[in-house]
This record gives sequence, structure tokens and C-alpha cells, in this order.
Amino acid sequence: MSTAAAQTLDHRCAPWLFAAALATTLPHAWHQPTWLSFLSGLIFAYANWLWWRNERLPSRWLLIPLVALACVGVMYEFRTLLGRDAGVAMLVLFMSLKLLELRSQRDATVLITLGYFLLLTHYFYSQSIPTGLWLIAAMTIVTAALIRLHGGTASQPLPTLRYAGLLTMQALPFMLVLYVLFPRISGPLWGLPQDAHRASSGLSEQMSPGSFSDLALSSEIALRVHFDGEIPPRDKLYWRGPVMEVFDGRTWRPHAEQKQPPSIEALSPPIHYESTIEAHQQRWLLALDAPVPGLKDFGINHTLTVTTHQALQQRARFALSAVTNYRFNVQEESGVLQRNLALPKNLNPRTVALAQSWQHVETDASATVNRALALFSGDNFAYTLQPPLLGENSIDEFLFQSRRGFCEHYAAAFVVLMRAAGIPARVVGGYQGGERNPVDGFLVIRQSDAHAWAEVWLAGKGWVRVDPTASVSPNRVEGGIALALPDSEPLPALLTVRADWARAIRHRWEAINNAWNQQVLGYNPARQREFLHQLGLANPNWKNLTVLLATLMGLLILALTAWTFYARRRLDPVQHLWHSALKRIAKSKVNCAPWETPLALQRRIEIERPELTSAFAAVVNAYLEARYSANNTDLITLREAIAKLP
Amino acid sequence: MLETKFSILTKRAGPLDHLLAAAGKIILGKDREIRQALACLLSGGHLLIEDLPGVGKTTLAHALARLLGLNFSRIQFTSDLLPADIVGVSIYDREKAAFRFLPGPIFSELVLADEINRATPKTQSALLEAMEEQQVTVEGETRSLPKPFFVIATQNPAHQIGTFPLPESQLDRFLMRIELGYPDRLAERALLAAGGQRERADQLTAVLEASSIPALQAQAAQVHAAAPLIDYVQALIEASRQSPTFQHGLSPRAGLALLAAARSWAWLDGREMVLPDDVQEVLPAVARHRLRSIQGSGMARGEDIATLIHNVPIP
Repeated sequence: MSTAAAQTLDHRCAPWLFAAALATTLPHAWHQPTWLSFLSGLIFAYANWLWWRNERLPSRWLLIPLVALACVGVMYEFRTLLGRDAGVAMLVLFMSLKLLELRSQRDATVLITLGYFLLLTHYFYSQSIPTGLWLIAAMTIVTAALIRLHGGTASQPLPTLRYAGLLTMQALPFMLVLYVLFPRISGPLWGLPQDAHRASSGLSEQMSPGSFSDLALSSEIALRVHFDGEIPPRDKLYWRGPVMEVFDGRTWRPHAEQKQPPSIEALSPPIHYESTIEAHQQRWLLALDAPVPGLKDFGINHTLTVTTHQALQQRARFALSAVTNYRFNVQEESGVLQRNLALPKNLNPRTVALAQSWQHVETDASATVNRALALFSGDNFAYTLQPPLLGENSIDEFLFQSRRGFCEHYAAAFVVLMRAAGIPARVVGGYQGGERNPVDGFLVIRQSDAHAWAEVWLAGKGWVRVDPTASVSPNRVEGGIALALPDSEPLPALLTVRADWARAIRHRWEAINNAWNQQVLGYNPARQREFLHQLGLANPNWKNLTVLLATLMGLLILALTAWTFYARRRLDPVQHLWHSALKRIAKSKVNCAPWETPLALQRRIEIERPELTSAFAAVVNAYLEARYSANNTDLITLREAIAKLP
Repeated sequence: MLETKFSILTKRAGPLDHLLAAAGKIILGKDREIRQALACLLSGGHLLIEDLPGVGKTTLAHALARLLGLNFSRIQFTSDLLPADIVGVSIYDREKAAFRFLPGPIFSELVLADEINRATPKTQSALLEAMEEQQVTVEGETRSLPKPFFVIATQNPAHQIGTFPLPESQLDRFLMRIELGYPDRLAERALLAAGGQRERADQLTAVLEASSIPALQAQAAQVHAAAPLIDYVQALIEASRQSPTFQHGLSPRAGLALLAAARSWAWLDGREMVLPDDVQEVLPAVARHRLRSIQGSGMARGEDIATLIHNVPIP
């Protein structure tokens, strides 16, 4: 039995299938294990070579072990065959292995289906604009391969691509309507595999030497903020994250949650802003110090950190308010104060001794604070991304020997000093500063803006923010990290570029990305409701959304169908070309009667316009072939012949 | 025709060119009519030649029969001709004490029915039945006619005395009707100089074997008629029905005949597809005897067919 599917594959289809395979798998090479990308590349090259040399495809007995080997490799690498990474790796391997098995039409169909599916997997890794553009292009290539597969030998490369592009263009309005109107649900439509949210960098809930200096090397964006009014001055831009109260000699950790609500006394009018936070897998948000309590969707814990119910697994947008001048917990529980005086026993003796010596001299707590800050600003301390490694008594070593450190060193040393001097103190992690993008007015806060500072509790004033880094390097707070660090430090090039044009390009690109994030990726149920409201849909619910959706899709399909029919009747491409040829001939004063056959016209031209004879003969021949022969869809020859008419 | 590299425009060697050339030496200056007759045969249809006596109707039939290797019989139709004279009779054989069928002249591959309109309608219809059914029934027994079976009927113009004009329904049985007409000056001169074309026709040798004709007919029927071409044929038929020139339009059978004839015409040109030119070429021969002019009682004139062609744009 010989069905269409079992037919032998046309040898000349193969380049299209290779292109489709390459376009759908290539971006995965960046995040897959090297051996996997290498293996797929090797198989791809081998398949190409076989095709080029017109060699026989390898037998099943070679392919089966190869598949088994690939499965074992994936199993060894990922410890599973399922999940995001392993699943995608399997698909990529199958795709490349299928290239060695392209015998029949059916094999090609399988490959193309796999290609369409693989397109989707790229969104697990990136939802950026370049990814979207690449995937649209890749989809067009896969569609072109499908057209070529069914188009026979007549389909030329360029028209095939153009046709595929046309199909993609026709799909766009449907995509837009579905995107805007399909009822949104919060969260993904289906559960993503466990490993889908891995490996996003960002501030963690602990602080140990080196944790911030690592972040400083990243120019990735942590959050974007849009203020309703003016952006507050830079030295007020402290983005509060986790507050760390417990110190074990090396690492700072937050204390277990307490239900006690914080009390905030606002000394300045509240500032409203909207913040888009990149996924960081934590249960707290970064909020401008100090967040105003009473937020609807999230809580504020006793250390004034804004918390969420679930870890932030995807980019999210929040409307928040803050007061930059405030008094925080003037009345503090004694338990909390005690906790913030605790130090690990028998560690850092010199630091403790120094602080205790201050305690005896100074009676006022503020004076002690100033003394410590004066220590940092005066005594040859350096601000650097590359501090030396510290031993067990890390604070002692830092204060008395190395004196070189990043913000976490200064914050930690300062808090230890304060606690030893009897002043409740703790470390606050977060970000400081940010850069205003002049294109869209958003304040962009990057990972390199990650910062640690201290908070001390002073009687009558409550918790007061103290930033010891500012004493060492005032530039850090006023100008950002790139200004604060000497040129020899290994900051990412993006941050240190000072050329205006490069900066402008970066700003524009980030503004475009931000718009994409805000408008497209951030199109959530709330935004949809708001948008539909603006469209005049008073009460958008599932029911009338479905009706609207069905109506619009129906109208679109109707419009497309009508257009297709119109185009078919009006512009049969062969006839269209023939009429354009007749128009050209008419310029030479030769008119064709509607009943006159092309051959009759040709004979007439031989007599009336001998100079046109050979050019028009080519047109007539190509036209008759295209219109009346059994299986000819070759428009190219006709088009070329017409182009040669005077 | 033009010498080009284009397959459609170049005059190609048709499969039966040598046959046409040989026939052209006998019936001088009538290449087009010979080609029409051959196309009619290839389409499996029958041919009606209508013209004055002595223009070469019989010679054409003779020449075709010879060249195609067909066995040939001629029936001269007269007013006293009976159906049995055509199909044959059963006579009693005394020795065998049984009836024996003596086949009539119709049991030939090519039958020339000369002056068909001189016979009575009864006899005419006996022939036309046989043409349509490809078989004859004598005394309850059905006998198949040979394959191929091809009738060339000739008739004198209807206004001559002592004729029984064929009714339209009978005319429709003929795929084509052609007129030979007088030869042009050059051909006439050559004819006069050479003389005795009829004898030369009898001396022709066969170019084909009769048994190969069904295969050729099948080939001709395979010629591709694209959708736009069928549109054109349909437009012509519809126009004939709408036209005020004709009493009634072309029948579906006429449409099929037109397409079949156009296919054979294209095949004779060595082409694998039918062009509108082919349709226009065969249309007068296929349509004229099936259409009746509103003015006067006769069949449609050649000019009416030309008007029909000019009124139908090629889709």
C-alpha cells in the first residue's frame, strides 16, 4: 500500500527540514550542557554531510543505540528524563536524531510537528523581545518547510518563504485578539515543572562576606520603579529587603517571624510608586524605606519588610507607598532589643573590647554611633569588591588588619561594634540608589545596586538607619557603585561605560524591554479587566468575554475568507500576470480582444509589431504553460518573461 | 510558424503528420478538412460531409480508409434502399436447414454512407441507430459492429430535389459536419494537371493498422483540459443558449463533443493540453449542424458561429 505519508521524501526537501531543525533548536544551545549541544551539532553536521554526498542514511541498528546513549546521557546529566531541562534536552536530541531518519513524507511530518512543539519550549527560558522575534521567524521557517513538503518540486525557495510569511501575518490578528481577550487567570495555565524557576540570581535572605560583592558584578535588573511624582533624592533611595538580626560569627540571618506589627510615624507625606520586581524566589518584596503599613495584598513584618504569601516566582508588579522620613518602633519590645544585642561568644574579642571602651567614655548612644562612623571614615578603610579572605574572627581581622571590604563588611562590623557597645543594632539587606532611564522615566535598580546597611535602635528615636559604607565611600550612596569603586575593580563593562551614545542605546533598549514587560508580559487579570473596562465592557466575566472572543474571531475568519475569495476571483495569479502583460502590450498599440486567444494575438503581433515577437512569444509560452498545462504552477518564468517586455 | 525555443509556439511534429501529408496529396488544398475528419475519427465520432456532388467527398473517405488500414464499404443511399440492405439479412440455408445471417455493408470499420439524405427516414434511422449503439439487432439477435467503427456520411445540400433532410435529432449523432467546398485556384490547377485522384486514392498503402486506432483514441482522450479551458467551453455553450441568434442552444452532448474534438485537435498538433485555439478551431464543425438559425429555416451560418466566438471572452 502506498499512501501519501509513506512516499519517499523528495531529496530536495531536506535543506528546508534542516533549516527548520536548526532554527527551532539553536537557542537552546546557550543553556544546555556543552556535551549535549556538541552532540546535536555533530548529528546535524553528519546529516547535512550525508545529504550533500547523497549517501545512504544510517540503519536502524545504528540509530537505536544512539537514542539509548542519548537517553542515558540525559539521565546522567539531569537525573531524570522529565522536567523542564531534561525534557527539552530530550526533544532537542530527538530533533537532531530525526534528521538521520528522513526517509518518507511521514518522517518529515514528524520533524515539522516536533519543530512546532520545540518553538514553545523556548518560552520556558526567556520571554524577551528577541526571543519572540526569533520564534516568529523560526515558526515561519517551519511553516515554509511544511509548504515545501507538500508543494512538490514547483515551490521555489523565495515564494515558499513569502507564502509562509503571509500565513504568519494572517495569524497575527488572531494572536492579538486571543492575547487581549482570552480570559486571563493568575499564574500559569498549567503547573510548570519543579525546575522551571531555578537559577535566578538576586538578594538572598542571608548575609555572609562576599554575598553582596558577587551581586555587584551583575548588571541584571532587580526591579524597576515608576514614581507617581518626583523621584526622591538619591540618598533616600534605600530599598529594604530582609532584616538580619541573628549573627553566628559569620552569617547574618533574619529572626523567625513575629506577629507584632510595626508602628510607623510618618514625618513626610507618603510617596506612591509602582514597582516591577524580577522573580527572586523569596517571600519578601523590595520596598522603599519605609513602607506604609496597611497594604492590601501583602503584610509587613515586625522588621518593616514587606512580605508576600508566596515566593515571587515570576516578574510581578506592585503598587506601594512609602514615607522617607519616619520614626519606626519608638516603643520596642524588650525581647527584640535583647535579641539585637546578642553576639556570638568568644569571637572578635578586639572588636568587643574597642566598643566597650567607647561605652565607658560616651554616655550618649548617638555619640557612640558617630564614633564608629568616624572610625570608618578616618582610619584608612577602603571600599573594594575584592576584599581579602577573612578567618574565624572575621570582624577583628577586618577592623584591625585588612580594612578592605564591601558594604557587607562595613555593615557587619558596624552592627557588631554597636551591639558590643550596648546599642541594639541589626543589618538590613536591600538595594540602594538606582538609575533613572531618561527614555521612559523609570528608575532602574540593578543587582549591582545591592547594598547592606545597619539600623540601630535609639531611645526616643526608634530604629534609625545608619549606612557605614557612606562614611567610607560617600560616592557609593550619592553616585552609585561605578563611581565609588576605583577603575581597577572588575565591574561589568555595562556599568562602567561612560560613553554617552552607548548609555543612550542601553537606556532605550531597557525602556523597550520595560514596556514589553509592563504591557505584554505583565498583562494579568487585573490589567485585562482594566483594559476591557476602558473598551466599554462594564463587567468583563468569563461569559461575555467568551461571547466577545467568539464574535471577534468569527468576524476575523469571515474577513479573511471574504478576502481570500475576493483575491481568488479577482486575482488568479496567472491571469493577473497575463493582464499585466496585456497592459504592457497595449502601450505598443496592440490591443487584445477578449475572445482572442494568446496564440492568435501572438500571430497578430508577428505581423503588426515584429520587434515584439520574440519577447511576447516567451510570455505567451509561459502563460499557456501556466494556465492550461496539467501540472505547472511556475509563475516565475511568466513573471520574468513579462519583465522583459518593453 | 515562428522558429522559437518555446514548446507551445513551435509547430511540432504531430503523431499523424505523415498520414495527413499523404491524404493531402490526394485531396488537394483541403488540409484543414482532412485534419477535421481525422480529429473526428480520433474522438470516436462520426462525420457528416455536406457539399455539392463532385468536390471529393468520396475520395476523402477512400483515402482515409486506405491510409488508416480500415476495411471499407460504401452504401449508396437511394430512395428505395431498405434497412436490410444496410444491416444484412438472414436467409434460409437448405443444406443446413437453418437461417444464416448475411452481414450487410455496415459490418465494416469505415462505412461511407453516400448521399444519406436520398434514403427514406426509415432507412436513415437504421444507419443512425447502428452508429449510436455500435451494434445492430437483426431478428432478435444483437451483433456487435467492428471496432473502430467510423461512418462518413455525405449529403447534398437539402434544397436539392428528392431528398429527405435529416432531422436535428439525427444530425446530433454526427460529431462533426464539414463542408469541402471548391478547391482554390492553385489546388484546382494541380488537380486538373494530375487528374484521376480517385485512382490514386485506391493505390495508397496503409500508414496505420486498424488495431492501433483504439490506442490512439485513448491517447487523444488523455490530453489535458485545464479548469480555465473547461470554463471556456462552458461559457461557449451557455452563450449559445442565451444567444438570440439561435432557436435553441447546444446540448450537453454537443459540449462533450466539442471538448473531445478539441482534445483530438490538440493531440494532432502534438500538444499535451487543450488551448482555447483548439476549441475555436473545431467549434464551427461541431456546432453548426446542431444549431438552427432563427432567421430562415436552415442551420446556423458560419458567421453566426463566428459571432458566438466573438461574444465569449476567454476566461
